[in-house]
Amino acid sequence: MPVARTRSVALLGLAGSIVEVEADLSSQLPGFVIIGLPDAALGEARERVRSAATNAGCPLPQRKLTINLSPAALPKHGSGFDLAIALACLAASGDLSVESIDRVVHLGELGLDGRLRPIDGILPAVLAAARAGYDTVMVPEANAAEAALVPGVQVIGVASLLEAAIRHGGRFEERPVDPVPAIVRSDAGPVAVGDLADVAGNHEAVDALLTAAAGGHHLFLLGPPGAGKTMLASRLPGILPDLDADAALEVASIRSLSGLPLDGGLSSRPPFEAPHHTASAAAMVGGGSRVIRPGAVVRASHGVLFLDEAPEFPASVLDVLRQPLESGSIAIHRANAVASFPARFQLVIAANPCPCGNAGVKDSTCTCTPVMRRRYLARISGPLLDRIDLQIPVPRITAAALRMAGEQPGLSSVEARRRVVEARAVAGERLRGTPWRTNAEMPGPWLRGAGRLHPGGRATAALDYSLERGGITMRGYDRVLKTAWTLADLDGATAPDAGHVGRALLFRKGITA
Amino acid sequence: MAHNAELGRRGEQLAVDHLVGRGMEVLDRNWRCRLGEIDIVALDGRDTVFVEVKTRTTHDYGHPFESITPVKLARLRRLAVAWCEATDAAVSRIRIDAVAVLAPTEAPALIEHLEGIS
Repeated sequence: MPVARTRSVALLGLAGSIVEVEADLSSQLPGFVIIGLPDAALGEARERVRSAATNAGCPLPQRKLTINLSPAALPKHGSGFDLAIALACLAASGDLSVESIDRVVHLGELGLDGRLRPIDGILPAVLAAARAGYDTVMVPEANAAEAALVPGVQVIGVASLLEAAIRHGGRFEERPVDPVPAIVRSDAGPVAVGDLADVAGNHEAVDALLTAAAGGHHLFLLGPPGAGKTMLASRLPGILPDLDADAALEVASIRSLSGLPLDGGLSSRPPFEAPHHTASAAAMVGGGSRVIRPGAVVRASHGVLFLDEAPEFPASVLDVLRQPLESGSIAIHRANAVASFPARFQLVIAANPCPCGNAGVKDSTCTCTPVMRRRYLARISGPLLDRIDLQIPVPRITAAALRMAGEQPGLSSVEARRRVVEARAVAGERLRGTPWRTNAEMPGPWLRGAGRLHPGGRATAALDYSLERGGITMRGYDRVLKTAWTLADLDGATAPDAGHVGRALLFRKGITA
Repeated sequence: MAHNAELGRRGEQLAVDHLVGRGMEVLDRNWRCRLGEIDIVALDGRDTVFVEVKTRTTHDYGHPFESITPVKLARLRRLAVAWCEATDAAVSRIRIDAVAVLAPTEAPALIEHLEGIS
């Protein structure tokens, strides 16, 4: 059979497309041609595949091999096509069963010794194969556990090209090899999540954190250095509810694509990303000219994006957050492709009140001029701030508060998470039949209109007055309402009362008030 | 005679036997001119075939066909034209073939034949 075909997957962002790998063997002088928009790494498969096949013990025929990657117009990159190319060549030369390789999706890079090396992005690739209706995938041994996370797919882990060929009916002599181990990259992720009970005092901030977790609201913490802003923010993932199966799979896919380890399979804990303030816009959203990689915003999807020292970020970097905050996804456009990533995260930003950090702190003197102070906070642009429901001052803890905190233990993460889960269940019940799942996601017009979630009357009197006076905008009005609903959910109330609305208004205006 | 030349001669004889066995008529062998040498010129039906023979005892230095580079192929085409002009034969179509002879010292030779390689 001079023509054989098999399947592999080309990834563009998180979306994968099935690629048909065709091999044609013609009676010409030995040659190896790969066509169908390969990039440099994929073009080098030419050299890798022939050497690997020879050294593995299943040499390719000394004839002209033409490999076509179809659809030919789709750009393909990386070394993950090696296995599919090698097996298609062997099948074209009659060494393997053509039928056997046809319906199997092959992923993996070949080493010159014929062993299979693990590749990045196995999880999204296998997911794409499963969605396209393929039920068997063959992957490098080191990727097998990750591939097996996709339900309903039979995963065959192989150590070498020879083993793969034998499994497809090749009559070769077996040569056991040691599988190439997975590349262990250090997870540069932020520190382990501590317990909420570690936070001494600061009840108002802990309350705001609980509200943020329950309603999915964005949070702004403003306070002098040492007040515990970073400590509070790092406790947020610990009190968020577990991810559901789809979200966990998406989070794992993004980790896989970023080349981060997936220890112990799917994690149901929300991710926590804390990029440093020197991060560029591309580091934040993702980018790259050929392979489009996800950025911090995408890795924080279904979790928390924490920007410490927010005014130190370049304004252009902060403003790239506006679009994903609104749409929950990010599209990265490059000359040759557009990749779309999920980016539905909870934003937590922390800032000092001024460059010296002492503004408004008792017993210390701020050395900044009023203009400096104003400019410092103005770096966080109005449109961004407007999307943040909870804006909380975090004061330094006093000696008296510390003594009191020692006598009375704070809320533990476990207890806080239980309350968050309960509140989310109530909100979920109310939002049944809508595309939204948390209070923060509800659009304002729906809230006041079709949703009939405007309590009205005395409950919103203070809020209505604030709007009349021009104290808040209409968008701000809606956001206060949403926060009030979350506070009501946490208290087990059926609808927000004047107290909930008042607290929500304070959360919204806490910093400027 | 040097080992390689002797091996080449043995390979060419094996190739000629193979071509004759396939019903081809050998017209010329080791034809030389200023440009180089053609190993075998044969007639296959209406085609005049110019055959490059490569002989090896082992695969250690690669497959014999791998040593036929595009440069050598181009020279072979020029040689074919030169042969046609020099002999004034009635040539209707020309074809360039390659024959690889793997001739180990202790085992029977293995012959591979590629037709129309250019």
